[in-house]
Amino acid sequence: MYDFSKMTGAIHEWLSSLMPSILVTTIEWVLIGVVFLALFAILGLVLVILERKIAGFFQFRLGPNRVGPYGMFQTVADTVKLLLKELVSTNKVDKFLYNVAPFFVIIAPLMIMAVIPYGFGLTAYDINVGLLFVMAVSSIGVVGILLAGWSSNNKYSLIGAMRSGAVIISYELSMGLSALLAIVLLAGSLNLNDIVMSQQAGWWLFRGHIPAIIAFVIYIITGTAETNRVPFDLTEAESELGAGYHAEYSGIKFAFFFLSEFVNMFIISALAVTIFLGGWLPFHIPGWEGFNNSMNYIPGPVWFFLKTGVIIFLLMWFRWTFPRLRIDQILTLEWKYLLPISLLNLVLMAFVVMMGWVF
Amino acid sequence: MTTTDVNTNLKTQEYLINMGPQHPAAHGVLRLILTVDGEIIHKVDPDLGYIHRSIEKMCERDTYKQIVHLTDRLDYLSSHINNEAVCLAVENALGIEVPDRVKYIRTIMAELTRLASHQLWWGVMGMDIGALTAFMYAFRDREMINDIMEETVGARLTMNYNIPGGLMFDIHPGFQKKVKDFIKHFRKALPEYNTLLSDNIIFKKRLQGIGYISKEDAIAYGVSGPSARGSGISCDVRKIHPYSAYDKVEFNEILIEGGDSYDRYMVRMKEMEESMNIIDQLIDNIPEGDFQVKTPALIKLPKGEYYQKVETARGELGVFIISDGKKSPYRFKFRSPGFSNLSILDKISRGHKIADLVAIMSSLDFVIPDIDR
Repeated sequence: MYDFSKMTGAIHEWLSSLMPSILVTTIEWVLIGVVFLALFAILGLVLVILERKIAGFFQFRLGPNRVGPYGMFQTVADTVKLLLKELVSTNKVDKFLYNVAPFFVIIAPLMIMAVIPYGFGLTAYDINVGLLFVMAVSSIGVVGILLAGWSSNNKYSLIGAMRSGAVIISYELSMGLSALLAIVLLAGSLNLNDIVMSQQAGWWLFRGHIPAIIAFVIYIITGTAETNRVPFDLTEAESELGAGYHAEYSGIKFAFFFLSEFVNMFIISALAVTIFLGGWLPFHIPGWEGFNNSMNYIPGPVWFFLKTGVIIFLLMWFRWTFPRLRIDQILTLEWKYLLPISLLNLVLMAFVVMMGWVF
Repeated sequence: MTTTDVNTNLKTQEYLINMGPQHPAAHGVLRLILTVDGEIIHKVDPDLGYIHRSIEKMCERDTYKQIVHLTDRLDYLSSHINNEAVCLAVENALGIEVPDRVKYIRTIMAELTRLASHQLWWGVMGMDIGALTAFMYAFRDREMINDIMEETVGARLTMNYNIPGGLMFDIHPGFQKKVKDFIKHFRKALPEYNTLLSDNIIFKKRLQGIGYISKEDAIAYGVSGPSARGSGISCDVRKIHPYSAYDKVEFNEILIEGGDSYDRYMVRMKEMEESMNIIDQLIDNIPEGDFQVKTPALIKLPKGEYYQKVETARGELGVFIISDGKKSPYRFKFRSPGFSNLSILDKISRGHKIADLVAIMSSLDFVIPDIDR
């Protein structure tokens, strides 16, 4: 497999031979920033059109089909429209918080994107506490949602934000403490690159068998809740609250909230892939040498985005199938069922690892 | 009922929320003034009048043949049945016996209308609970009924097919085949509805035990239609006071004893099957004959009071006419099912959450122009 750190290393050396080191660092920062912003924008555009097309598929309709071939440029047109819209704000909003909230929401997924391994040696920020960093940073998003709801001077927004706060804070427990920690026990590291590399013999989902599958299911449930998507979309709850916390936002500020939902979905899927499904590692079946060798020719990033796409499709499938839960049902599900199950699962996983019952 | 008896010394404050007149769950322009504590509803105060068009007053101005047109705009999803109520009232007052053909076609059309209405309700119910795909499923099938209506009647929603003395035109030659095709299709589609929503655990949890109407309350508040039958009250006008061709068909009145939102939901789901059964029995047996009885150009009802009730998709629609012998009625009053059903909303949604209120409102199946008139 190709080591992308060779490529990035070559760029670094080339830049170092041209200019002093402080300038090199600055340029590299800017480069990485631009790359991630571009990735962010592209992900937003692609995922939105994907969601609309998939929704159309589930609902016997075509989805957008006017702008460009098969309507592929619909989201580009929408973005341009949102960029050009006037930024309206209601009376008596808390101006500072109101304006700062969208940035909170958008910064969280951007920061997480830095630690995700997209390929061999292709991580912007390879830290040894990667998973901890992810859990810590993903909580910033909820601050943005709470601020948006609070500062909007709208009761519906406030209800939506409060619901969101309650849901995300509770579901982070199950997600971090148990679903992710279970795999950390297996991999023996919090570094996302190490977790991926530890799966060369097989993906943790299969090697960790029962506890890993339980952890995966819990992760998908909590991940859906973290992204505020159906069946946990009570933050926006169209039929109850209008649009929930972002009801009063317009133009590009609204687009920030809208895009962050989709990029968050990508993050959740990417983490699921990294932790459970072998990240950018190719799909191998033990014993099938020819098949495995041919799979190795597909580059790592392609595998990564392919697997992520599968999980994203799963999340979209949920969205267009399930009804919405109620706030007390969601909290009951977490505190009475998911949290105990995942704690027990953690113990089970520790036992499995201790006994060496890993395939 | 939710448990809110956690004893903390925190003082909470009630606040008001205006749900509507522009709100996605209002399905029109119903304004509910909610008094809530956090998410828990303490009081629901419906504020009506946003779509009041003074239809009853306009009826006193128009001739009897013109009045039929106005009734389309009451409960626009049962427009055919509304027409039928007025026509039956006028026909009974004049002592006109319409041909069997008219009765059969009216009944088939009424049941198609009921099916379309229940389909729309089902889709909207799904949407209110958060399952957006249900809406598209419902509209796929409802489209077929609308096409049938368009072919025969010329209109898709406000059909205006009945006139005092019969029907506006005869049925389209392809009517019977199209209806049979639709029934064949819908018999397959209805199980899909059940797998998508009725059997979904989230959906059940959202509705079961929510918005309980006891038998006594239902009678006291005048709840009618599927909403009352979900509480086990036999109130189907088609069964108790058969009109048109309902005395010639066999069908079951769906009664479920439970009284919560899910029971009301199931009543409507089963009613769709019954409607298909009724159409099945009638569609091949439409008698030959006239589609109209000749009536005078200007109908004048004899002096007196007349009342006719029919079963619309939402419940019992009553038409009360006081005639002073002139070309227009002296007083025209509709007893609309939506208004009575709305009156119980406050009682049954207290103590529930805002999300439940939306579910309860869908389970009572409001059409706002029917409430306001």
